[in-house]
Amino acid sequence: MNLQRLFGSKAGNASNSSNLSRRSFLKITAGGTAGLVLGVNLSGSAVAQSAAGAATEGAMEFNAFVSITPDNTVKVLIKHLEMGQGVYTGLATCIADEMDADWAQVVCEHAPANTEKYANLLMGQQGTGGSTAIANSFTQMRQAGAAAKSMLVSAAAAQWSVPASEINVSQGVVSHGSHSATFGELAVAAAQQPAPDVNTLALKDPSEFTLIGRENTLRKDTGKHNGTAIYTQDVQLPGMLTAVVAHAPRFGGKVKSLDATQALARKGVEKVFQIDTGVVVVANNYWTALKGRDLLQIEWDDTSAETRSSGRILEQFRELVETDGLVAESEGNAANALSQSGDVQELVFEFPYLAHAQMEPLNCVAQVNGDSAEMWYGCQSATGDQAAIAQLLGTGIENVKINTVFAGGGFGRRANPFSDYVLESVRIAQQMQGTPVKLVWSREDDMKGGFYRPAYVHKLAAALDSNGKPSAIHIRVAGQSIMAGTSMAAMMMVNGIDITSVEGLTDMTYDIPERQVELHSPTVGIPVQWWRSVGHTHTAFSKEVFIDVLARKAGVDPVQYRLDLLKNNPRETAVLKLAAEKAGWGTKELPAGWGRGVAVHTSFGSTVAEIVDVSVTGKTFKVERVVAAIDCGIAVNPNVVRAQVEGAIAYGLSAALADEVTLTDGNVDQTNFHTYRVLRMDAMPEVETHIIASTNAPSGVGEPGTPPIAPAVANALAAITGQVLTRLPLKLA
Amino acid sequence: MAYQLTINGQTHEVDVDGDMPLLWVVRDHLNFTGTKFGCGVAQCGACTMQIDGVAQRTCVLTVANAVGKNITTIEGLQSPQAVALQAAWVELQVPQCGYCQSGQIMSATALLEKNASPTDADIEAAMSGNICRCGTYSRIKAGIHMAAAQVKNAGGAA
Repeated sequence: MNLQRLFGSKAGNASNSSNLSRRSFLKITAGGTAGLVLGVNLSGSAVAQSAAGAATEGAMEFNAFVSITPDNTVKVLIKHLEMGQGVYTGLATCIADEMDADWAQVVCEHAPANTEKYANLLMGQQGTGGSTAIANSFTQMRQAGAAAKSMLVSAAAAQWSVPASEINVSQGVVSHGSHSATFGELAVAAAQQPAPDVNTLALKDPSEFTLIGRENTLRKDTGKHNGTAIYTQDVQLPGMLTAVVAHAPRFGGKVKSLDATQALARKGVEKVFQIDTGVVVVANNYWTALKGRDLLQIEWDDTSAETRSSGRILEQFRELVETDGLVAESEGNAANALSQSGDVQELVFEFPYLAHAQMEPLNCVAQVNGDSAEMWYGCQSATGDQAAIAQLLGTGIENVKINTVFAGGGFGRRANPFSDYVLESVRIAQQMQGTPVKLVWSREDDMKGGFYRPAYVHKLAAALDSNGKPSAIHIRVAGQSIMAGTSMAAMMMVNGIDITSVEGLTDMTYDIPERQVELHSPTVGIPVQWWRSVGHTHTAFSKEVFIDVLARKAGVDPVQYRLDLLKNNPRETAVLKLAAEKAGWGTKELPAGWGRGVAVHTSFGSTVAEIVDVSVTGKTFKVERVVAAIDCGIAVNPNVVRAQVEGAIAYGLSAALADEVTLTDGNVDQTNFHTYRVLRMDAMPEVETHIIASTNAPSGVGEPGTPPIAPAVANALAAITGQVLTRLPLKLA
Repeated sequence: MAYQLTINGQTHEVDVDGDMPLLWVVRDHLNFTGTKFGCGVAQCGACTMQIDGVAQRTCVLTVANAVGKNITTIEGLQSPQAVALQAAWVELQVPQCGYCQSGQIMSATALLEKNASPTDADIEAAMSGNICRCGTYSRIKAGIHMAAAQVKNAGGAA
């Protein structure tokens, strides 16, 4: 999502988020007024259970994010979903740094669903996405840490009768002269101190950071090396049953007739019933449920189903880009400039549907008792899911309790704008009153279940001046809207334009005087959704392949050609130069048969440049090496930043090399990893990531590494083979 | 029917259908949840266990065929190679979402137990059956090299 656009601020501009941050923080902490004592929550009302949960014995709550136990553990509540992107580590780092806690004493837990306390300050609701976790939390978490530290200092000052200003705090120890105490020893007294007004708290200057920006800060989402980390699939509850659902083979299909006799006869199958998304089989374990489902005899009604093949759908998109669309951006008169130019370059690009294919197939545990529900799952959209569940049950959100566990990857899929699989699990649990039910989608259910990255066709045309530089560019995009029909449409659609369909093109950084971007958003009966880096998954490809074609046509080095067009963009210039220097662009020779390509793109407030070396043998090729440079503002945890860039490259490379969902007469052709061929270790290149040193507020990290990889690979292939590949996945002729 | 299984050195008796995959017996009946379900068709490696010392995809290995075998899950790893791998995973911060990592470590353990000094090519051959959608492959490879070196040093080998 293009949140910069949404909030009208420039990429990397910290003021917006910190203002939002401060306001919300004050609201949730009732800063300066509420005494924080055990059993009193942050809104001041007495509750029996702390927000941190009752699990930690004697935990003293300092604010919505920080509690300390007498055994000297600092427990941090994480308002975002940990799905591999490192939010446990990043958010806790911000808190622990301002607290001057010892990193070893910090533990993390997912916060409960509670919009008032735990909203994403850039979204206004509790949710994880758009690479915003650190960007929206950076100030808020540091304030939470500084507030807790201030209370610890106040308690120590009172106990020792010394001025607070003379007290030193370092690595979890509060000291003054001969006095010294751990956080744990001070916790009870400190939690009774008045909460400070966060506006009066001076946050550290970056030069004072002890954890932020450090290399040796280990991740906090532990237990992943020994099988003890708990995911939805691992949730075990007394009396729990497992459900699978037979979905219609075509999107929009409905059950015409059902014969469940054989399924019900299978030992272990407890119940078979219909819900709006299909036929549910509930059994005492997954395997039995699956076997029961195989025995169902269902006739499907495809009257309102999507029955077209993907080839036919793309053909329609190709026709659409030859016609006028809704104008998403216009500067000058690009169409006119093109019609009058004697030198026009034109390319049409095609992108397939993509599945997220996260390692943990979708699943959700729900228990419904009348009008209340308790949920256990990797919850990515707490506010949206909680509201949708409450609406389904005809109750208030206070009756919907969500327990969030680790997610086995997400890449966008778990933040479904319709809470699809979450509501499916609640509908099932409604029929099984009082019994916890784990809904499990098989890999096939997940792969064929839709909510794909939409297919697109782009047409790019440029008029070139006498130096081979584009003087005008005219772009048409055709593909389904992700936002239309969702609760986010009001924010993310302007005059019928889904800004995520054209992001990366409408805000193109190359200095081209006349520009027009048009959009067609046809309705297709295939459910679509955001996929790691959303619109940039396709817009960066056409933009960066096209600019490379123009550079080669002009006979100018592709890096230099870009730099010439980025004279007004120092940030992209710096990132591109760093990547080129580290990769040895123009200096490091390639073996025979190898090509080198480049791409640079800004998304989610961060800029990434990638330079790829590829070896070619006949029609096959291997990406051998990727050198990436990123400007993401302050790198809260450089190791996590590098891991995210590596992962984002792998994810994008998978789509560049092989990922593709196709449909034949409305049936999804791919069912599992033998037909949806994702990246494996043997195709993983060496990746080297360089981080631009910065004191700007942090911007996105999870997604911005994905957009440049596919065009960089295509450009490397073009450099060595001369073939301009305009369709993903990439195939040499 | 009833089957006796030897898992992590302990004998377990389960009463299930003979065609139930070992993965689901271990997860749903014995509540060892460290081994993961990813695909159900031996394509992703998340369900990897060691069967008589060999890494196998247990989502397609029936319980009937697992009787009489020595079954090791992530919970029962003890060999010096496994311990070194797990330490390397922490030191190199290998896991992201982590869901595939039990399977990765099981495959890597089986590799190192047979090949003390694997080359990059050996590692790719042994590990390409294990998918990681977070893209931690480079760190997995580095982790295997690190563990191999650690085991060799600890063993006093040249």
